[in-house]
Amino acid sequence: MALLEVKDVRRSFGGLVAVNQVSFNVTSGQIKAVIGPNGAGKTTLFNIISGLLKADTGRITFKERAITGFKPYQIARAGISRTFQNPSLFFQMSVLENVMVGRHSRSRWEFAGCCLRVPGQPKEERAIRAAALAQLDYVGLAQLAGLQAGALSFGQRRMVELARALATDPELLLLDEPASGLNTREKESLGALIRRIRDRGVTVLLVEHDMTIVMDLSDDILVLHDGTPIAEGSPAAIQNDQKVISIYLGGEIQETSSGGELSTKWTQNQ
Amino acid sequence: MTRFRHFLPFALFALALVAGQFILRATGKEYCLTQLTMSLYYAIVVIGLCLVMGYAGQVSLGHGAFFAIGGYTSAVLTTYDFSRIKAAAWVGALKPAHVFVTKDDLPGHPIMTASPWTAFLAAMLVTLVIASLIGYPALRLKGHYLAMATLGFGLIVNKIVLGTALFGAADGINGVPEWRLGFGLTVSGRSALRVENYYIAGTLVLVLLVLLRNLIHSRVGRALQAIHDRETAAGAMGINTAAYKLRAFVLSALLAAMAGVFFTHYTAGIGPSEAGAFKSVRYVALAASGGMASLWGVTGMSTLLNYLSLRGMFGSYDNAVFGGILILIVSLAPEGPLKPMGLWIRKLGGTRSTASQIKRENGDTVERVPPMISG
Repeated sequence: MALLEVKDVRRSFGGLVAVNQVSFNVTSGQIKAVIGPNGAGKTTLFNIISGLLKADTGRITFKERAITGFKPYQIARAGISRTFQNPSLFFQMSVLENVMVGRHSRSRWEFAGCCLRVPGQPKEERAIRAAALAQLDYVGLAQLAGLQAGALSFGQRRMVELARALATDPELLLLDEPASGLNTREKESLGALIRRIRDRGVTVLLVEHDMTIVMDLSDDILVLHDGTPIAEGSPAAIQNDQKVISIYLGGEIQETSSGGELSTKWTQNQ
Repeated sequence: MTRFRHFLPFALFALALVAGQFILRATGKEYCLTQLTMSLYYAIVVIGLCLVMGYAGQVSLGHGAFFAIGGYTSAVLTTYDFSRIKAAAWVGALKPAHVFVTKDDLPGHPIMTASPWTAFLAAMLVTLVIASLIGYPALRLKGHYLAMATLGFGLIVNKIVLGTALFGAADGINGVPEWRLGFGLTVSGRSALRVENYYIAGTLVLVLLVLLRNLIHSRVGRALQAIHDRETAAGAMGINTAAYKLRAFVLSALLAAMAGVFFTHYTAGIGPSEAGAFKSVRYVALAASGGMASLWGVTGMSTLLNYLSLRGMFGSYDNAVFGGILILIVSLAPEGPLKPMGLWIRKLGGTRSTASQIKRENGDTVERVPPMISG
């Protein structure tokens, strides 16, 4: 079943078409990667799905419900969570509080209830704290709970951001370049973690430049180039796709029988 | 243990209130309680500003206007003669609710005015509406645009007050009656009630501090801080950032208006200077001097500095002193003078701050791995 359906989404900035008629599906329970050279429109696509940017045209459906034009907080409540290319933690807060913010959409007491500590509110606070600690523990950073978020290393920030995203109880997790800036060991544990996340039933859509990770993790890959999807398929199929290879290696395009039209376009653009 | 730690500052505040009164009595300066009471009411404005600026990160240079809106609404309703509508059926129907009170004015004519409680509720309602109308578009602005929008709003309120006969124009409104709160308590400037009023103001501040502390240590407080830190990430975590900013702004405006109502009954009047831009800037300076995001810091600093100002310590340089404080703090200690002072004292005591030990080389400088393809 398609959990997320993106249909004919287009977005331009002035004269630049960043995302051009992109359509794809994300199936429930899979890890799907979106790859492409810098400027291919991957992050723009993520920002559209998570509501930070509006699509000019196109439709996005999540769990068979239209979420086109939803605000970021509505998207989060619907069950889509994300991380950012540069880990964007709340630096003034502790690590635990950062993850507790992730529980926002799954808790309910508002201004008046919190001011007055009405019956049930302190209990909810304790539940928020416990759930946040559990997520920190899940990514292996429970021992850092009390630290100021600004004091963490880059790799730790990524993990805390991941814990924060998981704290929203997402059904779909968008990871924007989760491996960038990590060392080899951190990348390995990240890969294992993403698999565990998938295994617990969270569908993962990720943008990533590190092909080792992408090929290793993904069930399905979408390749974007200049805002246009040029290939979609299993890691093995993508690795042998002539268009993809030519884009990444910058080589001449060999004539292939499939998708010849697109390949020609690509040469013309050059 | 933690419970005790949370409770301790409130106990210390209560203790300081009592100690202040006894010291002033012992030194024969009990009359100073009047200025201290006024400072406590002003502190409520700054506490509200602490919420909206220190926690939610939204600059407001219009809080003097909200104080004035509260004060003026209350002053007008409790002094304006509503006798003309006395015969109306709905007025009669409201009689058991004590919405209106009849009394004699100074020359001895019978008049009918709104009761102070009615006026208080009306002031809150008026503020709620105005703050929502101002906040809704203004909070879409960021940084200095928001500051300018709120400053402009403050100036407009000031000019309206100055130009309207109903608000007493440049004279303001005098003869605002005392406010019987119930439980035998009366907000009044009579010298016989000086001590009582000092404790009314002190208790009000204490209660509001408890409520706001609860708020700050809750999901709402974290959401506000998250908006302050990184608005996009806050939105992506499911926080309705626009609604939360607006609610924090309105709540803080209501606190300012509440302070205005109490202040007006206490001093039996209100003047247009309360709505002036200097007042709004002063509140910001006071919030900054207390560390912006520290309820205790802003309460303490604001009460102290306003008290000194009301006692005339700064002479005719009053506004200049507060402007100077703002400049010094913004340029030398953006987090307020209390935090660096605390760290300094701790250093003298030999305990090192844990933050510096933890802070390690962060990975921001790690090279981006170039894209590669395998297979």
